[in-house]
Amino acid sequence: MDLRYSAKHEAFRQEVRAFLAANTGRYPKPFGVNRPTSEAIAWQVLLIEQGYAARTVPRQYGGFGSESDILESYIIAEEFSRARAPWGLVNQGISMLVPTLLELGSEAQKRQWIAPTLRGEVVWCQGYSEPGAGSDLASLTTSAVEDGDEFVINGQKIWTTTAHGADMMFALVRTEPDAPNKYLGISYLIFSMRTPGIEIRPLKTMTGASEFNEVFFTDVRVPKSQVVGERGQGWAVSSSTLKHERGMMGDPNASMARMNSILDLMRAETLDGVRAIDMPVFRQRAMRLQARAMAMQFHAMRLLTASARGQGSGLPRLIVKLQACELNYQLSALAVDVMGEMGLLSPDSEEVRSHGTWPRRNMFDIGMIIGGGTAQIQKNIIAERGLGLPREPKPARGRQGE
Amino acid sequence: MDFSLTAEQLELQESLDKALAKISPLERVRRHADARATFAEDVWKGLVDLGVTGLVVAERFGGLGQGVLDAALVAESLGKHVVPAPYLGAVVLAPLAIAEAGSEAQQREWLPRIASGDLRVGVALSEPTAGQRAGAGVACRGGRLQGRSLFVVDAAGAQRFLVVDEVGGLHWVDRDAAGLVVTPLDTIDSTRSTASLDFDGVTGEVLEHGSAGVLRRLVDVARVVQAADMLGASWRMLDQAVEYAKVREQFGRPIGAFQAVKHLCAEMAAELEPARALLWYAGYALDEGLADATLASLHAKAYLAEASRFVSRASIEVHGGMGITDALGLHYWFKRNAWSYQALGSPERLREQAAQLQDRRAG
Repeated sequence: MDLRYSAKHEAFRQEVRAFLAANTGRYPKPFGVNRPTSEAIAWQVLLIEQGYAARTVPRQYGGFGSESDILESYIIAEEFSRARAPWGLVNQGISMLVPTLLELGSEAQKRQWIAPTLRGEVVWCQGYSEPGAGSDLASLTTSAVEDGDEFVINGQKIWTTTAHGADMMFALVRTEPDAPNKYLGISYLIFSMRTPGIEIRPLKTMTGASEFNEVFFTDVRVPKSQVVGERGQGWAVSSSTLKHERGMMGDPNASMARMNSILDLMRAETLDGVRAIDMPVFRQRAMRLQARAMAMQFHAMRLLTASARGQGSGLPRLIVKLQACELNYQLSALAVDVMGEMGLLSPDSEEVRSHGTWPRRNMFDIGMIIGGGTAQIQKNIIAERGLGLPREPKPARGRQGE
Repeated sequence: MDFSLTAEQLELQESLDKALAKISPLERVRRHADARATFAEDVWKGLVDLGVTGLVVAERFGGLGQGVLDAALVAESLGKHVVPAPYLGAVVLAPLAIAEAGSEAQQREWLPRIASGDLRVGVALSEPTAGQRAGAGVACRGGRLQGRSLFVVDAAGAQRFLVVDEVGGLHWVDRDAAGLVVTPLDTIDSTRSTASLDFDGVTGEVLEHGSAGVLRRLVDVARVVQAADMLGASWRMLDQAVEYAKVREQFGRPIGAFQAVKHLCAEMAAELEPARALLWYAGYALDEGLADATLASLHAKAYLAEASRFVSRASIEVHGGMGITDALGLHYWFKRNAWSYQALGSPERLREQAAQLQDRRAG
């Protein structure tokens, strides 16, 4: 244990800090799940030039081209949090498609797609889940039938974030329905969202927002050259992508920031003239969650050290999504509770607290517990891969529908 | 930035685990408990031979000069093996108190004897940690101690006691001092020995550099070490549950293949593992004198108390009826965790203190 940074890393931290302080005027405003605004794109381009975004993506594909140094990435994240500076673009194209193309894409695919994706000029959506294929993603049935140099796609995707604003989709489709098991015969395809035959319907959620969509395919024709990786190996290709998605979830610095803003809220809210922070039951709940937020923060540092050394970390890494999403849910629930009825007011009410974000966050947090692998699937993974308990007895990996 | 244990620390834990499995196997623990014995001489001798007794004593006094994090790692191993021997008071707190508050003469006299295992010291600090019960509390009037201290740590086999008085003064008292009555207190945890001390005009030596700061540090260290014991004991209970779930069959398959059982095991692991990082940090923060050391120590013990209570119960549940039998012996871990949960402050108390720290900070 030595939590001091080397002189080189300290110097790097100062550099990031100075950059952020000098550029506060260029921070873009949040744009939700919509297409990035022009100021957000300008910020992203600036961050790539500085190496604070796309840091390890090779230069020839539009990245900064630095050697991988996970501590530098961590310092960047810490300093952005500290300065409350907006990140560079965080979207599924950058977080999931780019790493996948870098690992498994053809040279032509890399040259065509990575740079404009990093710059925010091309926005992607992910076509994985289907109405009948959620946790059991490999049972997906959207079909892509070969016809000359093209695939003809029919079927439906769901939970598609940003589909309405996306230029492109990366999707899992079934190209070989007769493969020996459901994991084989899936291909990873990329195609334009403006291809004829694609229909997008917004999917409104309980928060009132439509972050997701349903996407319907009717005889959508896509060139066969737009398969990423080997045809029929899409499950393996997507596993590398999902690995990147799990890494995205649960930022411990964000949980701690949330904790601190709740403590501020508790110092401001009063009932019967008593501040929430002075009410024993709320104090207990807050301190209980603070301990957990601290534990997750140090847990992340432990994983960071393991990653920096190229060590695997098995069980400790497998628990992160489950614990981090639960913690965030408990935090937003506490925020709502300390406000009581006030905590349920609509954002446009005159009496509203914290712009009405907490009840919406709390509802959104339930979605986070489900998305990217439900809590129940996470527990299976922890128990089977982390603790070595026997796997669910699965029907033999037989053919689809057998 | 390096958030990990050193190779030496990992080696220490590994060799200690192997040795403790021999020194204090379940049969030995059972014999100790069944006899309602207080001091396990052979187990203590085993710790002495391993060099554990000199762990935190400075090298110039014959010790190993290790820090709080190392003391926590040893405690984790002791908890894992439910070792029925003095440690927290005799091996960690007493030498730290002497080193930080004792005179040079006192250090020279006592520290080498503590390191060699020749001198065992019980520590009376229940009142300043868990709270003062009616009728308890020790006052020092004109150099004489008067009053009562409950739940002394490592009472069995202690030849001396380190006593914290009601204003935080530290006293070094002979077990045979005139006016001192030692009454063993039997609890459900037969692997730890405790007692009450009644003082009636007792004289002892004062540790003259005692201060609020020294006491604060002793309490923080005590809580981190106790938390580490819970981590070790609880992981062991989880390991046992997992092993049992792999081999115990019902309905034609191992019970660990059922999600109801599997998820319970996953929840135990998910609760426990982040506490390990919190504990390492708390130990490190105390070693480095970081500003949030006290907060980390309070949170580490409160978190591990609740996590260990959950694991203690869930592990027994995974074992089904066997879990509650004496024969299986799981109850020794359950009871040790039950003691650790209450001793040195319950989670509610620790969280209140954590909140108070931040009330002050926020002004």
